[in-house]
Amino acid sequence: MAPILSVRQLEKTYEGGFQALKSVSLDIQKGEVFALLGPNGAGKTTLISAICGLVKPTSGTVTVGGFDIQSDFRKARQLIGLVPQEMPTAPFEIVGDSVAFSRGLFGLRPDRSKIDAILKDLTLYEKRTSQIMALSGGMKRRLLVAKALAHEPQILFLDEPTAGVDVELRHDMWRIVGRLRDTGVTIILTTHYIEEAEEMADRVGVINKGEIILVENKTELMRKLGRKVLTLTLAEPLAEIPGSLAEFDLTLSEDKHFLTYAYDTQAERTGITSLMSALAAAGIRFQDLQTDQSSLEDIFVDLVRNGEASGL
Amino acid sequence: MNFQAIKSIYIAEMARTKRTIFQSVISPVISTVLYFVVFGAAIGSRITEVDGVSYGAFIVPGLIMLSLMTQSLSNASFGIYFPRFTGTIFEVLSAPVSFFEITIAYVGAAATKSIVVGLIILGTANFFVDLQIQHPVFMALFFILTAVTFALLGFIIGIWADNFEKLQFVPLLIVTPLAFLGGSFYSINMLPEFWQTVTLANPVVYLISGFRWSFYGSADVSLWLSLLMTMIFLAGSLAVIHWIFKTGYRLKP
Repeated sequence: MAPILSVRQLEKTYEGGFQALKSVSLDIQKGEVFALLGPNGAGKTTLISAICGLVKPTSGTVTVGGFDIQSDFRKARQLIGLVPQEMPTAPFEIVGDSVAFSRGLFGLRPDRSKIDAILKDLTLYEKRTSQIMALSGGMKRRLLVAKALAHEPQILFLDEPTAGVDVELRHDMWRIVGRLRDTGVTIILTTHYIEEAEEMADRVGVINKGEIILVENKTELMRKLGRKVLTLTLAEPLAEIPGSLAEFDLTLSEDKHFLTYAYDTQAERTGITSLMSALAAAGIRFQDLQTDQSSLEDIFVDLVRNGEASGL
Repeated sequence: MNFQAIKSIYIAEMARTKRTIFQSVISPVISTVLYFVVFGAAIGSRITEVDGVSYGAFIVPGLIMLSLMTQSLSNASFGIYFPRFTGTIFEVLSAPVSFFEITIAYVGAAATKSIVVGLIILGTANFFVDLQIQHPVFMALFFILTAVTFALLGFIIGIWADNFEKLQFVPLLIVTPLAFLGGSFYSINMLPEFWQTVTLANPVVYLISGFRWSFYGSADVSLWLSLLMTMIFLAGSLAVIHWIFKTGYRLKP
């Protein structure tokens, strides 16, 4: 199936000479939730802005639903809804009018029943006659989602949808995304919160310094890069690691109470069985054992660091 | 053409006027009425006639032009600057709307507002002085052309300005002096010869002269020269806007 969004060698150099995007290529499939991770200033917002027509790309092409964003900008943009990172709202406008305005910009008549349905969906219906400035921060964010959905787009961009919101609101946003995904809307979100990507995304892309350094299926990524750590709580403190265990990559904690063993879940042999036998042979007994899988966060930090180390 | 989008922006802009009716309609009307009460009554009693027209009636076209120009300018510049300032402009720029449509909507709304203000002033003036409009077609033409041209100019200023200071700079320090010195309150024939020549470099002179001619049939410069200058003004503004959209200046980095 042809991707709904296709980015090819997209580059953006700002006037001051800052290169925000370096030959970015990316395909997004219809119906997926794609999370774009990256530190501040990595180029996440520039990439979204270039796709949505807010920034002029220096070179490269973008097609949305097969339509080129420059030569066929009307058809391409018709498919896109954008919720920006900051919360730009016109303070004096009325909530309902504001959604009708958004719909109108996309050439659609202010169909009251559609607008009401969107407002109800985002629990803003009660506020439809209020001025925007009377809304709380969370409501404003939902209003921006409502405005972005006013023309029933097929792709929704959420630029940092949960930056600086409380836990409840964040879960609220996740629910909204979940519901949209169920209706077949393709969602591309950027985030700092790995938790968010882990929770919602089907695929994850990592961008750093204007380059996409990785695009991977989320579970695949976690499996591939996931290392596990086995921690053994010893029955008695151990002075040092006996020579018979030298072949294992073991670390003894400072207080001599814990032994940790790092292993790759993807490796042919994890070495756990032989470690256990070797421990028994050495007469080391343990009270408890625990394994930890590295989170997407660790993977992400690793990737960005390694990228920096190798001069990327 | 995305007519629905033009309509949406236009309606939103007119709704803004409704919300700020005092500032956008009542206050310019009051200040203009004050002008002809003060100038017409106080000074008019000393200057009896200019070109065969009573002074009170003579200044009406100039005053209408003055408020038409300043209102178009401030409406249009604020109309586009405010969404840039709050950031809500992203919505318009990422919608399937062309720059041409954006201009029509914002400039059309700004021009409509100043035309409404101008008509109210015209109606009010009718109570105070004896008005006659000898050439209504030309009057309407100058009226609309001036409103549109200055709304375009305001639109340019609203895109160029990156702070409120700059937004006020051109209207207050360039256009208002030019409008006052452009013969709103006097016929340029009343000036010493040297200043008569200097005044001809002021583009506003041609607008006011042409507009006044459509009322009383007498003008400082010829009608056709007035019309030509107005058209050049309009074409100049359109050229700048064309350039802005071509380069994405201040709108699309």
